[in-house]
Amino acid sequence: MLSDITLGQYFPGNSFIHRLDPRTKILATLIYIIAIFFADSFLSYAILTGFALAVILISRLPLLMVLKSLKPIMIIVVLTLGIHMFTAPGETVLFTWKFLSVTQEGLELGVKMSLRLMLLLLFSSVLTFTTSPIVLTDGIESLLRPFKKIGVPAHELAMMMTIALRFIPTLLEETDRIMKAQTARGADFSSGNLLQRAKNMLPLLVPLFISAFRRADELAVAMESRCYRGGEGRTRMHELLYKGIDYAAFGTIFALTALLAFLRWGTALCAL
Amino acid sequence: MISVKELKHIYTDADGHEVSALNGINLDIPAGEFIAIIGANGGGKSTLARHLNALLLPTSGKCIVDGLDTAEEKNLWDIRQHVGMVFQNPDNQIVAAIVEEDVAFGPENVGVPGPEIKGRVDRALAAVGMSEYAKHAPHLLSGGQKQRIAIAGVLALEPRVIVLDEPTAMLDPQGRKEIVRTVKQLNKEKGITIVYITHYMTEALEADRVVVMEKGNIRFSGTPHEVFSRVDELEKAGLEAPLAAKIASELRKSGIKLPKEIITDEELAEVLCR
Ligand SMILES: Nc1ncnc2c1ncn2[C@@H]1O[C@H](COP(=O)(O)OP(=O)(O)O)[C@@H](O)[C@H]1O
Ligand SMILES: [Mg+2]
Repeated sequence: MLSDITLGQYFPGNSFIHRLDPRTKILATLIYIIAIFFADSFLSYAILTGFALAVILISRLPLLMVLKSLKPIMIIVVLTLGIHMFTAPGETVLFTWKFLSVTQEGLELGVKMSLRLMLLLLFSSVLTFTTSPIVLTDGIESLLRPFKKIGVPAHELAMMMTIALRFIPTLLEETDRIMKAQTARGADFSSGNLLQRAKNMLPLLVPLFISAFRRADELAVAMESRCYRGGEGRTRMHELLYKGIDYAAFGTIFALTALLAFLRWGTALCAL
Repeated sequence: MISVKELKHIYTDADGHEVSALNGINLDIPAGEFIAIIGANGGGKSTLARHLNALLLPTSGKCIVDGLDTAEEKNLWDIRQHVGMVFQNPDNQIVAAIVEEDVAFGPENVGVPGPEIKGRVDRALAAVGMSEYAKHAPHLLSGGQKQRIAIAGVLALEPRVIVLDEPTAMLDPQGRKEIVRTVKQLNKEKGITIVYITHYMTEALEADRVVVMEKGNIRFSGTPHEVFSRVDELEKAGLEAPLAAKIASELRKSGIKLPKEIITDEELAEVLCR
């Protein structure tokens, strides 16, 4: 099944979120990111966090697995927190240590900023967890199509992604094979310092590149003989179609955005 | 179905030298025939194959497919739909990371409507016996299975001719059997014309007609029995005759009377036991 594709972090399933059209998921993610920047009060942050957790719950992804996707940005999150904490201007000083002082305002700003980052990554990782790379590619192609007039090569980008998805496992297998063959002949890929190791990799890369170019050449001929002539006049077996659940999802995400916009500017509007 | 007349092809290699790969080939392939092309490496088999669906164009001479001249630009896409090509390396002709997506690639290219593509994909996969693998990732399949997916990808374009250029060269014996069986079935059941290039005598035996190519020329042709019993001529063309045919030929030379066309071990055993 699709789960055979080890690439990316796709986690197969049949939840509400899994069944959404990929375009819905991509657009909803973008709208959510905009909504994040509407948030200023702690209430709005609570709502955003609650929404993200609800989406993860509905998608039936293991919460721990999704949270793990935050790991690579943790350093940035801590840095953001630290910088804001110590440098943001503020009145109420909480405590001072040597020449550094932490203010109430700085702390709040730091927490909000790091929360923004984490929510942003959390929500977009739900997109990649619930959408197979192939379907994601279809979605991106479809969304980019209107921009073809201004020179965005939508079909070409999607085709390249498709071929990359197809050949990455093949090239990995090949790398492995060449590595084993060269290890058997005494090559060493695992010891020495970084520079030494990089140097040892060189005899591996040369045959790999030669083979990759030969593959590309043969693939191009095979594609042409199967009538490939670019995106013009091309149809798809699975045309993307918005269904009821997609409209429901759009409704929800718009409602969330409207709520956050109201929380930010609503009181000001009412005062007018 | 296919008519090749005085076909010449000259390549210009990297140093600018001209290499003549085909020196005036004449070949007629009627609809529904299963024709095998054999010959030593560099004989021009692949070059000829690539002319059949206009991947190469004649330097001189003509190549007519189903009444369409390959040299005419406007015929290009019709010809490529009529004549499917299967290549040697199964890995390098599968485009998509899911089997059914790959089989759909051809029909998608020519603009077949979505719902019809699904039907074509299902039928093509059934024809090569790979229906249950529709949702699999191709890189996890065996060589023979991958090559059958490649054949299905061609079938989905509903071609009248399938040209296979050494499709079994990279397969194990099991995979080779799968491919030969599949191809024969397509020929017999669907009436698809087959042009089958191979190194293996046993595979060529399945064909209606065998053509021997050497140095850009067709040396001789005939039924598998006619061709493989011409031991000396095969050797001159750089090919090895089947062992039984060689023994029969030696026996004949030493004055033993034997019926002419002995090419398999069984046939030899039978006449010797009489
Ligand atoms: N792209 C090319 N450029 C130059 N010469 C080529 C090219 N392809 C094939 N040839 C030459 O054409 C001749 C026939 O090659 P080919 O058709 O591949 O033979 P076969 O498939 O029978 O082994 C060979 O001498 C080969 O070196
Ligand atoms: Mg060849």
